Amino acid sequence: MTERAAIRTRLEGVNVPWAERIATAMLGGVVLVLGARLLRARAQRRPATGGMALVAAGTVALGRALAGRCPMYRTRARWRQGRVMRRGGAAMIAPLSFRERTEIRLRVNGRDHQLAADARVTLLDLLREQLQLTGTKKGCNFGECGACTVHVDGRRVNACMVLAAAVDGREVTTIEGLAHGGHLHPVQQAFIDHDGLQCGFCTPGQIMSAVALLAEGHAGSDAEIREWMSGNLCRCAAYPQITAAVREVAAAGRRR
Amino acid sequence: MLPFGYARAASVDQALAAGAAPDTAFLAGGTELLNWLRLGVAAPTRLIDITRLHELARIEPLPRGGLRIGALAVLADVARHDAVIADYPVLHQAILKAASPQLRNLATIGGNPLQETRCPYFRAVEPLPCNKRAPGSGCSALRGINDRHAIFGWTEDCVATQPSDPAVALAVLDGVLVTARPDGGRRIPATELHPAPVRPWRHHVLEPGELITAIELPAAAPHSAYVKVRERESYEFATVSAAVALELDGPVIRRARIALGSVAHRPWRLPAAELALAGLATSNLGALRRAVDESFVDARPLTHNGYKIPLARNAALRAIEIAARTP
Repeated sequence: MTERAAIRTRLEGVNVPWAERIATAMLGGVVLVLGARLLRARAQRRPATGGMALVAAGTVALGRALAGRCPMYRTRARWRQGRVMRRGGAAMIAPLSFRERTEIRLRVNGRDHQLAADARVTLLDLLREQLQLTGTKKGCNFGECGACTVHVDGRRVNACMVLAAAVDGREVTTIEGLAHGGHLHPVQQAFIDHDGLQCGFCTPGQIMSAVALLAEGHAGSDAEIREWMSGNLCRCAAYPQITAAVREVAAAGRRR
Repeated sequence: MLPFGYARAASVDQALAAGAAPDTAFLAGGTELLNWLRLGVAAPTRLIDITRLHELARIEPLPRGGLRIGALAVLADVARHDAVIADYPVLHQAILKAASPQLRNLATIGGNPLQETRCPYFRAVEPLPCNKRAPGSGCSALRGINDRHAIFGWTEDCVATQPSDPAVALAVLDGVLVTARPDGGRRIPATELHPAPVRPWRHHVLEPGELITAIELPAAAPHSAYVKVRERESYEFATVSAAVALELDGPVIRRARIALGSVAHRPWRLPAAELALAGLATSNLGALRRAVDESFVDARPLTHNGYKIPLARNAALRAIEIAARTP
């Protein structure tokens, strides 16, 4: 077996091979019958310890075979694991070092940052508290409202559902990163043109979601826009205006 | 959130070696774990970030038919995979009806079936009696507000339902969860991931440190569908859902598989109905209805959720109809 296959076998936890299960079951059966005979032969004489041991061993082997746990399987798996490691492939597994304070490198809106934060800090709190990028809003802090939507490596996510430590080395775009050279992003402009907001608290998340939705190609119809904007709640219920804003940007994109 | 130590695993071996220690949790999508930490549902002292184990995020065909989905593939990527769209429409639909686009960019297919119930007593910010959260404290929902709770398989100790949509699709497809442990792994049928609520605090059968590495789907199920009934059009948990996979001989059902969601502690397969459906014409609605009914004789509604019985029955029928004309 190659090293790769050995690693694969172990990782994927392939079940005990049927041949081994059947062989174990047969062996168990033979031992069981032998034990039973021995027991019967000695029944009239002394206590038949040997017979009882054989019956017990046979039963255990049968049971294990039926449960898919053959006596040799774990031993072989361990041996394989040991061999893989001895050959240096996976070498020695470096133990993980757990830290309550983490170092985070992050590119936010095109600027690189080197930060340190408690392991519990979410991307949302890091953006707001450490980078003072308060455009990203903290609504429910449970991944339910979408107000904290940002892009990580170009994909929209709820920033409250992401640990800052876990996005070390990634690229983040927030609402502050959309405008370029004093020009609003077309989606920002469309939200203004269509009154896509009232109190405005959900708006940064709505806009970040809408920008991603357009890139994903989910603006084919109003129904599709509504479905793919459904992760952003608006308590002022500006949904018709938001839909109109997204529709307009999508149409402008198609015209271009 | 109580303090914890964070470490990022560079290899599966590293994650497994550290994962079995007490009070240790794997962090994948995080969309459940972070809320558990906030609510105090879980309080691990060590978090192993496995999100960089890209080898666990691949989606590839199995050599002898079927599909292997790496456990760390995010829901969005699974739903838009060509093979999933073409061969497993029930999974494609279940994923797109789950959560929101943002959450689907984070949540993984391996983690999603492990999410906990949405029972409001379980998720209460101020802890209430709940055997899932505090063993022995009692079940507030049994005689409390239980309109969203189970109609099948519940016990006096827990009447909660399993809320994952993809889990229902995986159960109807006879998917298998492949796990890894330091001394090997095992294969767990998707229908057996969630044990009966006898010890409600155990909501899945994984052992400490056991990691789901992949989900394997057997042969393609092109005639399959997922119907989700909820109080909003989108972005809401199901009141009930139904997943159906059919094998057809022209207009006649050769084999049917049905699983209901949000009616029990696990995706609830309907073996009696599945048996009765074999041999029926998909156009014979009366016969289909009687066949589905066979699985509802053992439904046990609670005080407020009797409505779920006709709703689930009709959702199952609707899913059969849609599956029959898919693709």
